[in-house]
Amino acid sequence: MLAYLARRLALAVLTIWAITVLSFVIIKLPPGDYITSYIAQMSASGGFVSEAEVQALRREYGLDQPGYVQYLRWMTMVLHGRFGVALEWKRPVSEVIGDRLWLTMVVSVAAIVVTWALAMPIGIYSAVRQYSTGDYVATFVGFIGLAVPSFMLALILLYLGFKYFNASIGGLFSDRYAEAPWTLAKVWDLARHLPLPTLILGFAGTAQLVRIMRANLLDELGKPYVVTARARGLSEWRVILKYPVRVALNPFASTIGYLLPYIVSGSIIVSLVLGLPTVGPLLLRALIAQDMFLAGTIVLLLGVLTVVGTFLSDLLLLWIDPRIRLEGKQ
Amino acid sequence: MDRPPHSPGGQAIVEPVASSHPAIPEEAEERISVATQWQLMWWRFRRHKLAMVGSVVVLLFYGVVLFADFFAYAAPTASEAQRSLLPPQPLHWLDGGFRPHVYGFSGRRDPVTLKRVYTPDPAKKIPVRFFARGFEYRLLGLIPADRHLVGVEGAAAEETLFLLGTDEQGRDLWSRLMYGTRTSLTIGLLGVTISLVLGVLLGGVSGFCGGGFDTVIQRVIEILRSIPTIPLWLGLAAALPSSWTVGQVYFAITLIISLIGWTELARVVRGRFLSLREEEFVMAAELAGSSQARIILTHLVPSFSSHIIAATTLALPAMIISETSLSFLGLGLRPPAVSWGVLLQQAQNVQALAISPWLLTPAIPVIVVILAFNFMGDGLRDAADPYGH
Repeated sequence: MLAYLARRLALAVLTIWAITVLSFVIIKLPPGDYITSYIAQMSASGGFVSEAEVQALRREYGLDQPGYVQYLRWMTMVLHGRFGVALEWKRPVSEVIGDRLWLTMVVSVAAIVVTWALAMPIGIYSAVRQYSTGDYVATFVGFIGLAVPSFMLALILLYLGFKYFNASIGGLFSDRYAEAPWTLAKVWDLARHLPLPTLILGFAGTAQLVRIMRANLLDELGKPYVVTARARGLSEWRVILKYPVRVALNPFASTIGYLLPYIVSGSIIVSLVLGLPTVGPLLLRALIAQDMFLAGTIVLLLGVLTVVGTFLSDLLLLWIDPRIRLEGKQ
Repeated sequence: MDRPPHSPGGQAIVEPVASSHPAIPEEAEERISVATQWQLMWWRFRRHKLAMVGSVVVLLFYGVVLFADFFAYAAPTASEAQRSLLPPQPLHWLDGGFRPHVYGFSGRRDPVTLKRVYTPDPAKKIPVRFFARGFEYRLLGLIPADRHLVGVEGAAAEETLFLLGTDEQGRDLWSRLMYGTRTSLTIGLLGVTISLVLGVLLGGVSGFCGGGFDTVIQRVIEILRSIPTIPLWLGLAAALPSSWTVGQVYFAITLIISLIGWTELARVVRGRFLSLREEEFVMAAELAGSSQARIILTHLVPSFSSHIIAATTLALPAMIISETSLSFLGLGLRPPAVSWGVLLQQAQNVQALAISPWLLTPAIPVIVVILAFNFMGDGLRDAADPYGH
C-alpha cells in the first residue's frame, strides 16, 4: 500500500512540475515580454513609465537572464504566493482570481458527484434489466451524451430556457448575492443555481460511466458466485448490491482520475456560455488581451488543483479496493 | 480471446465461428475457413446495423467535403447588409405539379428596435432549380465548373435563396455550412493522422522495447492525461501570432489538438504489442531467424492494424469537438476561415439566439457526425477481432 501511495505521490509531483513548465511556456510564448506589455498598457491609458522603473522591473522579473533562471525566479515568486500583476486590472493576479478559482472547483466537484450519483443507479438498472425499455432509453440518452459537446448542450438549454420559460438560466448567483460577502444565504443561493451547470458538465461523463458500469456488471452477473448467493436464498437486491456491484465499482472509481481533468476543461467553456463567475471567462479575456501572467497563473492553479483532486481520488480508490491495499503483501 | 491471423492450423481458428452458428451450411463453412482476415472483418462489420448507418453518414459528410462548392449555392464570403439575419426560407415543393420554390420576402427596418424585420410574401414565388448555374469554382480544385445542387438561375437580382437563413453580415448560412464542413472534417482527419503517427511510433517503441523507454513514455502519457486540456490549448492557441495567414493558423491548430490526442492511440498500440509479443507465431518467426524489422512489419503490424483503424475512428470525434470548441471561443480558426466552430461563434449569447435561433443550426451536423463516427468506431472495434466473440 505504501509503495502504491509513494508511486502516486511521485507521479503527482512530477505532473505538477510539468504543469509549471507548461504554464511558464505559455507566459513566455507571445512576442515581447511582460514589461513591453506593461509599457504598452501604461502608455495606452496615458501613463508614463520611466527608464529607471523599466530597469527595476526588468531586474525584478529577471528578464535579462536566460530562460531557466527566469523560470526559477518565477517559481520562487509563485511559491511565495506572488503571481505578478494583472495588466488589465492593475491589481495583483491573486486578487483578480479571488473566489473564481474556488467556484470553478465547487462546480467541477459537484459535477463529479452528480455524475456518480446518476451513473451508478442507472448503470445498475441497465445491467440488471438488460434489453428492457429503460435500458434502451438509457443507452439512447447515453449516446446523445457522448455526441453533444457540453458547451453545445449549454447553448441549446439556454435557448430552450429563453424560449419556453422566458428566463435566463445562466449564472451561479442571483443578482442580489453576486457582489455580496459570503453568508449562509449566499451559499444557499449558490446551491440553488448549481444543478443546471453541474448536469450539463456531468452529462457526457455520466453517459460514459453508465456504459462502463453496465458492461462491468453484466460480466459479473453471470458468474457462479452470484448464482450461489441467489441459491442460498438472499433477496435479489442484496445479491446484486452486496457482491457484483462492489466488484464492478472498481474500474468505475479509477476513471475519476481522467474524469476530473475532463470536467475542469469543460467548465471553462461552459462557464463562458452560461456566464458563470469561474476562472473560465477570466482566462479567455486574459488570453485575448495577452495578459500572460494572469493566464499562466490560471492554467497553473487549475492544473495543480486537478492533480490534487486526482490524488485524493486515488486515496478513495485505496479505500474502496482492498486489492490495491494488499498489493505487495503476498 | 485474441488470435493472430498468421497462426498455424487454420482449422482451430474457424471452429469457434462455425460452432456459434450450428445452422451454417457446409458451403458457408467452407467459405469462412478460406476467407481472409479482412473478409471476416467485413462480414462481421456488416452485421452491426448502426455501424453501417454511421458509415453511410460519414461517407455522405466526406462527399460534402469533396464537393462543398457544388452543394453550396453562394460564395462563403458573399455578404449583403440588406439581407442581414434573414430567417430561413422553407422550400415548398408543389405548385400545381412539381415546382420547388421559396417565397419572396420584403424587409424593412423596425423604427423602434432598429432591427431589420422580414415578412414572407406568398404571392412572390421564387422558383428553385436543381443543377442551376451559379458562381464559378473548380471541382476538386481542378475542373472549372459553375453548376450547383440548387439555385435560382436567371431570376431577378433581389430574388435570392437562403435555405437556412443568413448571419449578421447577410451571408448565406447553408453555403457557409458546406464550406465549414470541409474545414472541420479535414482538420479532424489531419489531426488524427498526426496523432496516429505519434501514437504508433511512441506506443510501438513503448510496447516493443519495454524497459526504460516504456516507463518514460507511460509516465508522459499519464501526466498529459491528468492535465485539463482546454486551458492548455487555449494558452497555446492564443500565442499564435495574429499576423499568421489562415493556412498557417489551420496547421498550428491541427498540431495543437493532435498533441493531446495521441495518448489514447499510443495506449492501444502498446497494449497490442504487449499481448502479441508473447504469441507463438512471433516466437516461431524469431526461431526461424526473422529480423526484428521483419517481425514488426510483416507479422505484428497486419495483426493489429484493424485495432488501430477502430481506435482512430473513435479518436476523430474528439478532434472535431476540440476544433469546434477552440474556434467557438475565438482562439481557433479565425475568419475569413469558415468552420463549424467559427459559425457557432455567432450563436454565443442568449440575445443572438433569442432573435435568430437558426444560427444554432451548425450544431446539428456536429452532433450527427460525432454520433456517426461513434457508431462506426464501435462496429469497427467489434469487427477488428473477427476470431473472438
